[in-house]
Amino acid sequence: MRTQQLKSIACAVVVLAFSGISSAQLTKSQEDENLGMEAHVGKLTGHARDAGTNYRRYCTGCHGDLGDGEGENAQWIDPKPRNFTLATFKCRSTPSGSLPTDNDLYDTVGRGLQSSNMPSWNPLSDQQRADLVAYVKHFSERWKTDKPGTPIEIPSEPAVTADRIKSGQTLFQKLECWKCHGVEGRGNGSSADTLTDDQNRPIKPFNFHDQTKFKCGSEDRDLYRIFMTGLDGTPMPSFADNVKPDEAWDLVFYLRTLQPLHTKAKEIAKQLGLKPVNPNAPAPANAPAPQPQSNENKPQ
Amino acid sequence: MTKPNRARAIAIVSAILLLTLVVTLSQRRVKAAPPEGGISGTIKLEGTAPHQRPIDMSKEPACAAVHKANPVTTENVVAGQDGGLKNVVVYISEGWSGAAEAATATPTWDQKGCQYIPHVMGLDVNQHFKVTNSDPTSHNIHPMPKPGGPNHEWNKSQPSGAPPIDAVWGTEEVAIHVKCNIHPWMSGYMVVVKGPYGISDEKGAYKIENLPPGNYTLTAWQETYGTQTQKVTVAAGKPASANFSFKAK
Repeated sequence: MRTQQLKSIACAVVVLAFSGISSAQLTKSQEDENLGMEAHVGKLTGHARDAGTNYRRYCTGCHGDLGDGEGENAQWIDPKPRNFTLATFKCRSTPSGSLPTDNDLYDTVGRGLQSSNMPSWNPLSDQQRADLVAYVKHFSERWKTDKPGTPIEIPSEPAVTADRIKSGQTLFQKLECWKCHGVEGRGNGSSADTLTDDQNRPIKPFNFHDQTKFKCGSEDRDLYRIFMTGLDGTPMPSFADNVKPDEAWDLVFYLRTLQPLHTKAKEIAKQLGLKPVNPNAPAPANAPAPQPQSNENKPQ
Repeated sequence: MTKPNRARAIAIVSAILLLTLVVTLSQRRVKAAPPEGGISGTIKLEGTAPHQRPIDMSKEPACAAVHKANPVTTENVVAGQDGGLKNVVVYISEGWSGAAEAATATPTWDQKGCQYIPHVMGLDVNQHFKVTNSDPTSHNIHPMPKPGGPNHEWNKSQPSGAPPIDAVWGTEEVAIHVKCNIHPWMSGYMVVVKGPYGISDEKGAYKIENLPPGNYTLTAWQETYGTQTQKVTVAAGKPASANFSFKAK
């Protein structure tokens, strides 16, 4: 009887000690409460409560038990794993400063992030990935207070034409993308070497000249979304306030001409004998006018 | 009247009078607020201000040209000749129970000569402000509130000639650092508080107005030296004063 009592007391002490240690981001009770978090992806409903085992098996190594990006692998990899407790995400269909949709997170988990240590988790089932999205969300209280932003409208992709590519180049010049990305898109613009992310870590702009896929996708639509919504947590801003939806496609086509891909855009650019932009040239007279828009950034 | 009846009558009348008095007193309208007071003072820097480095804007020729005649320096510590400290925000950290509505003015955060004008801006919670670009070059506005905090980071491009960007902060934060990734030397702060505040000028002088009488805790914030607090009592119609002094490190 005595030993039994001592054993239970010892157990209780150990449990208490461990619960104290794990109090970094959310408290244990907060985390338990958050395990009720859900994710809605199409017809699927993901449940955080069902994802614990998979998270510990597949995700903890980099993203950490507390979702803070401090898993044991984190120190060896670059770019660093995402810190879910901050609720700031790069790959979104929603405006800068707002939360991504569950769908955005689901796509990221499935697709993985090119040129990083985040693999594609498509081998997991749809339900498992939906559950993991809910688990990702349960690490931050922000998902309780804020709603995801309204996804931007992406008009259907038009046909590539020489005019569109030239117009895209004008945009590339006027919006001064070359200041970070360089005139040939090599990621060697004059501002490139001083860029840092939101954790003050050095970060490089995308190198269109050498890379074919983006972290947030590889399709034209993905590229459209990337510069229109910006990549939160990085120096890449949102251009939605200054680029009309239709002319954004022109910029997509021009950017494709910079990449080592066999695209129609690149072929046309070659036929045109398109030269890199000249940073010192003044913007041409027929440069698209900036579109006046109300850009409210109220908390959701 | 008989004696007991008389006593009862007096008791009833007294009770009624007492009740009337109590009801009248409780119905008393709140008078117009007493004359509002204010707090003013000077912020000084003890010791020699740290050397402010000149900013090299050669990577942005358009802005370098603007400052050719008068080169600019960093603004981490701006101290006047008499040791007055500029850009210190003095606000009420305790004791403010005033109106929760935000000020209706919409101050402007301008990008000019590849610098933020003003370098430090005070804002009410939920007060709208406008970001403008007065430069011939593009900027991106990248406010960096505390990661994981109640205010959220956003990042928007603003080419030359683009319309102003309207924005707002939903929670107090002292202070939100603003930067431009294209021009890494650009640095400014937005200080979001509840209630009135003052920002010190080149002489270190500040003034907080529209303060009802009461006991307050004042906090003075400077971007390099952090915060200091002081308790101040504001009496009706009598201006109060509070001075602060930061030690140069």
